[in-house]
Order: sequence, then structure tokens, then C-alpha cells
Amino acid sequence: MSTEGITKGIEGARERWVRTGGVELCVAELGDPTQPTVLLVHGYPDSKEVWSQVAERLADRFHVVLYDVRGHGRSTAPQPLRGGFTLEKLTDDFVAVADAVSPDKPVHLVGHDWGSVQAWEFVTVKRTEGRIASFTSMSGPSLDHFGHWIKKRMTRPTPRKVGQLLGQGAKSWYVYMLHTPVLPELAWRGPLGKQWPKILQRMEKVPAGDYPTSSLPSDAAHGAWLYRDNVRARMRRPRTDAYAHAPVQLITPSGDIFLSERLYDELELWAPELVRRSIPAKHWVPRTRPDQLAAWITDFVTSNEDGVPTNDSVATGKHADRFGGQLVLITGAGSGIGRATAFAFAEAGARVVAVDRDAESAARTAEMSRLVGAPEAWGETVDVSDEQAMEKLAEKVAREYGIVDVLVNNAGIGLSGSFLDTTSEDWKKVLDVNLWGVIHGCRLFGKQMAERGQGGHIVNTASAAAYQPSKALPAYSTSKAAVLMLSECLRAELAGQGIGVSAICPGLVNTNITATSHFAGVDAEEEKRRQKKASRLYGLRNYPPEKVADAILRAVVKNQAVVPVTPEARGAHLMSRFTPKALRAIARLEPPL
Amino acid sequence: MTSAVAGELSAELRGFREVQTLAYECAEAVAAQLKPGVTEREAARMQREWLRERGVRDWFHLPFAWFGDRTAFANFRIPLQFFPTNRRLEPGMPFILDMAPVYKGYTADIGYSGCLGLNPLHDKLLSDLEAHRELLLREVRERRTLREIYEDVDRLMVRQGYANRHRAYPFGVIAHKIDRVKERRRSPHVFGFGTQSLKGLASDAIHGHRDGWSPLWSPYKFSDHPPQPGLWAVEPHLGFRGTGAKFEEILVVTDSKDPEQSAFWLDDDLPHVRRWAEERAAA
Repeated sequence: MSTEGITKGIEGARERWVRTGGVELCVAELGDPTQPTVLLVHGYPDSKEVWSQVAERLADRFHVVLYDVRGHGRSTAPQPLRGGFTLEKLTDDFVAVADAVSPDKPVHLVGHDWGSVQAWEFVTVKRTEGRIASFTSMSGPSLDHFGHWIKKRMTRPTPRKVGQLLGQGAKSWYVYMLHTPVLPELAWRGPLGKQWPKILQRMEKVPAGDYPTSSLPSDAAHGAWLYRDNVRARMRRPRTDAYAHAPVQLITPSGDIFLSERLYDELELWAPELVRRSIPAKHWVPRTRPDQLAAWITDFVTSNEDGVPTNDSVATGKHADRFGGQLVLITGAGSGIGRATAFAFAEAGARVVAVDRDAESAARTAEMSRLVGAPEAWGETVDVSDEQAMEKLAEKVAREYGIVDVLVNNAGIGLSGSFLDTTSEDWKKVLDVNLWGVIHGCRLFGKQMAERGQGGHIVNTASAAAYQPSKALPAYSTSKAAVLMLSECLRAELAGQGIGVSAICPGLVNTNITATSHFAGVDAEEEKRRQKKASRLYGLRNYPPEKVADAILRAVVKNQAVVPVTPEARGAHLMSRFTPKALRAIARLEPPL
Repeated sequence: MTSAVAGELSAELRGFREVQTLAYECAEAVAAQLKPGVTEREAARMQREWLRERGVRDWFHLPFAWFGDRTAFANFRIPLQFFPTNRRLEPGMPFILDMAPVYKGYTADIGYSGCLGLNPLHDKLLSDLEAHRELLLREVRERRTLREIYEDVDRLMVRQGYANRHRAYPFGVIAHKIDRVKERRRSPHVFGFGTQSLKGLASDAIHGHRDGWSPLWSPYKFSDHPPQPGLWAVEPHLGFRGTGAKFEEILVVTDSKDPEQSAFWLDDDLPHVRRWAEERAAA
């Protein structure tokens, strides 16, 4: 048990003690008490400080309340410990805190890990009905739902269900460990407690700071009773009436090593008003992704305060759970693949910055993005090859819209013609846009992403020409090959910071790049004729840019490295690996222009 | 129809205008009756019955109805997919009614886009169609080739951010010629098209083939000729992800030397045109 002075507490928080059921709970409050109350419940082996960064971000909009669960942080522990941590008693604690901080209005609950496990109990028992306005759950299922989940898979074991059971069973190793007497306490008070911060930093990339607090060994030792008092009982006899009486937002970190995403299959049956979110991160999201959590909590709380049904305010497009509310910047968004990508992200509920050197078409993309689901969208006019302009853009975006979560470096120009016909001017132009544009984008926005330290993703539009030599496109192919290599190097560099990098290699796609391509070594009239012919060829192929946009979103969700899109791009990619000689022979053919 | 009488419509044009007005009245009447749960088939039947009651006996083609993402012809591959299905209308869903009745020997072919309740995206598509109506008329008056005009419409759609959905029509047509139809006692139809009208179209195609023009306005080589005098049912069709919108109405092309008289829309008092005027007045 910690005493005052050992933990630093949360900056600017007003603290008070709430007495209930023989324990004293340490309650911290931030923000304006007249605003809606958001109550954050921490998990195991944490104390309320795990929330400090999220709380800070929520405090200017809401009345934020945190408390140390009994036996954790600065709250006192029950005597005796056995039987003192049942979900019933934890519910008593919650009601006492809620009554103290928001006596006449329901509170918005947010729980992480065991905080979420408890909160599921709060939100599904009768006596708290009307006290909870909404519940955001992360990394902590209801024990009752979990019990039913296991039962369902045990009674009708198909190979898949057995696989799911074994998978989750393996992830839950620590639950069995915590059921052994005394040993866990000894470990936590001894070496494990000492090593824990380092383990967190290494495994979870949790940045150093005010967490974990020095009360960790005793928190962890006491908290073992959370498992011992509840898990076996609920697994054996899960409640059958565990239906949520408030809207639920479920946030699932895809890299959680303790919980599989499968656990939440069919959760709609228990929580009718369910909004799903997924985030590419590990277990300790309150520490590693505070911006994203604060944004989603704010959205969810606000929409439930306004009385707007949440399902309407959530975009319905593909991957909406992943991109809802995120900030996506796309260059070359005035037409073709860039524009289609902007629309696809907009349908997924992302906020879109559409960048193009043509102001009118950038504005048009932004306007249409808003119509298909983007909560906000802006058009920006920049030539990506202009370093200073890009710097200004990066500053402006960071200042006015925020740090970009997904960057799509898509702007590019076409150039065709033999090497000997290609002038150094031509070379300069195509490299300036196709390669330097990507370099500027990655450098400026990638740096912002890395500095924020909360992950992100960069997509670079390369081309099938990046690995398919051709005597018709020496300069273009060279620029795109460079983009491909740049992406792969950057991917290696940024992997450690949770930032993914993907290179997209579309192939022949029906966009206006053919109509604006420069053909070196021919006069204007011949150039026009070739542009027309190329456009017609691409039109006949008629591969829609929308499909490339889908591939881009999928690449971000799955964090794919290199994505050839059209069948011919995939074929060429295979050939470049297994039969490069054949590809070189094809390169010698005269293209039909 | 070799020359237009200035200021006054010939009797023949009045006949076409009458049936076009009737068809649009039908579209508005049926659209007003649509409510959640109505299927495309029911909507098509409502159009058919409404026009039958008012004396329509033959069709250029039977009435169609498309709801929801079918308005954008999403994944249309074979012509059978044009026929009405059991898709049910839901609040906020866009719909298109398309019919081509024959009345007293005159034909019209119209398309009416609407929406059940509010849908800002659909509104946007509808108002963006205005630029296409202007572009079509202007370039026909300039006597550009039909293929060129087609490509310009296509470019405008791309600039607006839309996909060209009339590409999904047979031969990718944006318009086709229509003409008078002989009234017969029996008016059989095959695959939804009236046999009398098809006969007319076929004979046009044969004559046109000899003289180097086509009754179909398409992106292909056979449309590489200036507009042929006659009546054209023009139907630019915008698609944007799961939403589509179009209008279809008759454009009169004559061989007059006066640009104003060389081409004009048969009627400017149509629902979509009135809508644009109201939008402008409100702005």
C-alpha cells in the first residue's frame, strides 16, 4: 500500500478520498465539473496514472475523473484481501465514486484491461441502470461474455473453434500463473517489479514518463486477487443476463498479446448499440496511443451527449473501424488514383487533406469527400516538387489540422521516350515530382509522425514500372524504382516506431496520367497523338482507380510492404523474382504507341 | 424534320413534346408515391399502369426503375441487369425511373432521378448534371462530331470526380435517335423493347450505315460524324461510388444555318431544369 508522497499524481488534478465498503479510494478530477463526466478505470497492474496522457487531452472538453481501484495506487486495500475484490464490491466502489463526482447525471465510462472487465460488470448489472451514459471498452472483455464464448466453443468443437480456444488459452497464460498462491506476490515485490518498466519499454514500446508508478509492486500483488476472486467463478457460471444497458464503443488493439480479436465475435448480441474501432498497437494503448483514444472517446461521448444515435455518426465504408476520425493526407488527390483514394478514406470516416497542384480539383476532391463521409476535408494547393512549399504545407497541416496518421505520396507525372531522346530537363522534371515529391513528403510528414511517437502509416505510389524494365519508359521507371527502394528502406527504419510503410505498384490503371504524359523526342502533334493512343489503350484496359484505392486501404490495414495491384502488375512482380530474363526480353519489345 | 419554324413548333414537334411531358408527369406522380419498402418491380408496374390509363399502348422500351447503388449501375455486366428487381427502397436511397412510352404515334424516352428523403450527395450529382446539358447543346450547335462531344462529356465527368455510367448501356451510348412509330393494333415487345420502335431504329441504322452515320451516339468510330438532323434522346448518366443520377430528354437537331435553330432542347419546362432554376434563385 502506498502512502502520500510516493506517487506524483496527475498534474493539475484535484484529489479527494471516497469512503466505501471499508476502503478509501483516491479520486482525481480534472476539467470543468459542469461538463459531461468521463470516468476512467485503470487495469492490472496499473494505477490511475496509466491514464494521465489521455486524461490531459480530455480535460479541456470534459469533467475527467480517475480513481485508484481498491488495493492499487493510493487507495487502501480491503482486509482480508481474499474475497475483497469481487466484481460486486468493485461495483459498490464505482457507484460510490460516481455518486460523489456526478450525483445527478450519468457518467461516461472508459475502461482499460481490468478496468474494462469491471466496467462490463457495471454496465450490465441492473442497479447501475441510468448511471452510465456510455462505455468505451479496450482490452478487457466481460468475464460473463468470455465464459459464454468458451462454452460455445466447447459444446460444438469444430477445428476452427478449437483453434480459437487454444489460441486464446495460450494468450491467457498469465491468468493461470496468477492463480498460484504467494508466488506472484513474491515475484512482483521482488525482481519482476523491478524489471517491469524495462519489460514494458522493450515489449510494448511504452514511452518512459510518470508511469509505472512506484506503487507498482504492491498494486500488482494486491491485484492478483482480482483474478482469484472472479475468474474461476464467472467462467464456471457466467451470467446469462449480461446485456449492456448503455451504448458501447469497443476499441481493439490488433497487436494485443493478451487478448485475441476473435473474443469479440458476436458481441452485438450483448451490446446492441455497438461501435467497433481497431487500432494497430499493442496492449497498453492508453500510454502508446493517447491522441487516438482521446479522439475516439471525445467523439463517442459527444455523440451520446447530443442524443444523436451513434450509428449514424459512424461512417459505414470499408475499414471504418480503423480509419474513423484519423487524419489522412494525399498528394495528387485532384484526379485518378489520388482522388479515388481520398474518397475511399472519406467513406471510412477519415479526415482528408487533399493536396494537388491544381487548386480547383483539390477543392473538388475535398468537397466530394465531405459528401461521402469525411467529417472534415480540406483542399491544399502545392507542387510536391517544391521543397519550400511542402515545408509550409507540413507546418500548416500540423498547426491547423493535426499530425497526419496516414500519408499517401501519390502525386506523379508520366514520361515516355527512349533514353537517348530524354533530355536532362526531362529527367529533372520527372525526378523532381516522382522522386523528390515522395522524399519531401516522407521527410516532412514522416518526421512529424515519428516525433509524435504514436505510430502511423506512409503509402508511396510507385508503379509496376519500378520492377519492369522497358525501353519506352526509362526515366519514369527509374524514378519509380527509386520510390520502391526508398519505401523499403524507410519501412525498415520506421518499423521500430510503429510506423508502417507500403509501396503500391498499380500497373495499367485508367487515369489521366496518360493524357498528361510527356513523350520525349517527338513534336507536339505526335505527342498529342501518342497521348490519345495511350489513353485509349488504358481506357480499353479500363482498370478503375477505385480498385487501387481499395488496395491502398488494405495495405495500410495489413501493413503490407509491396503491393502490386492489377493482374499484369502482379504477373510482372512474380516474373521479376523468378524469371527476370524473360522480363528483360519483354523490355526490348516496341510498345504499341 | 428538315427545318424548324422559327419561334413556333411544328405540329410534329408538339406531338413529341406532349408525350415527353406526359412521361415526366408520370415520373413525378410515381416518385411521389414511392415509400420505404416499395420494390423496383412495383415502381416499374406503377409507371406502366399510370401510362396505360392515359392511353399509352406501345413502348419504345418498358419502364425501368433502379434503386440504391443500382442507380450507379454498380457491377452491371449483362443487359438483363437493367430489368427491375426486388430491391426495396429505403429512406435516403436514390432512385431512377426511366420510361419510353409511345403515344399517338409519338415517342419519348425520359429519365427521372430522385431520392427518398434527404441525400446531399445525390443533390450534388443532380446539380452537376446541369453543366452537361449546357455542354451537349453548345457542342452540338458547334457541329462537333458526336464522338468528340462524347469524349468532352466524359472529360467533364472525370473532372467532376464522377464515373461515366452510360458506358454500361448497350454500345456505351449517351443518346439514340427516336422517331415516330406506326400505331398497330398489337404492340409486342421483346426484351422490354417495342418491336415497332426497334424496327425504326434498325432501319435508321441501315440507312445511316450507307450514308456514314449511326442512330446510336457512342464513343466508337461509328459515331465519328457530325450530329444528324432528327430527334435524339440524350441521357448523360453520372455515377459516384454507390450513387447515380441522370436525366434523359429529347434534343432536336435540324439542318438550319442559324446556330440557335440548328439544335435545341425540345422542352425547357422539365423537373430537372426547374430544379436548377430554383437552385439559382435560392443562391
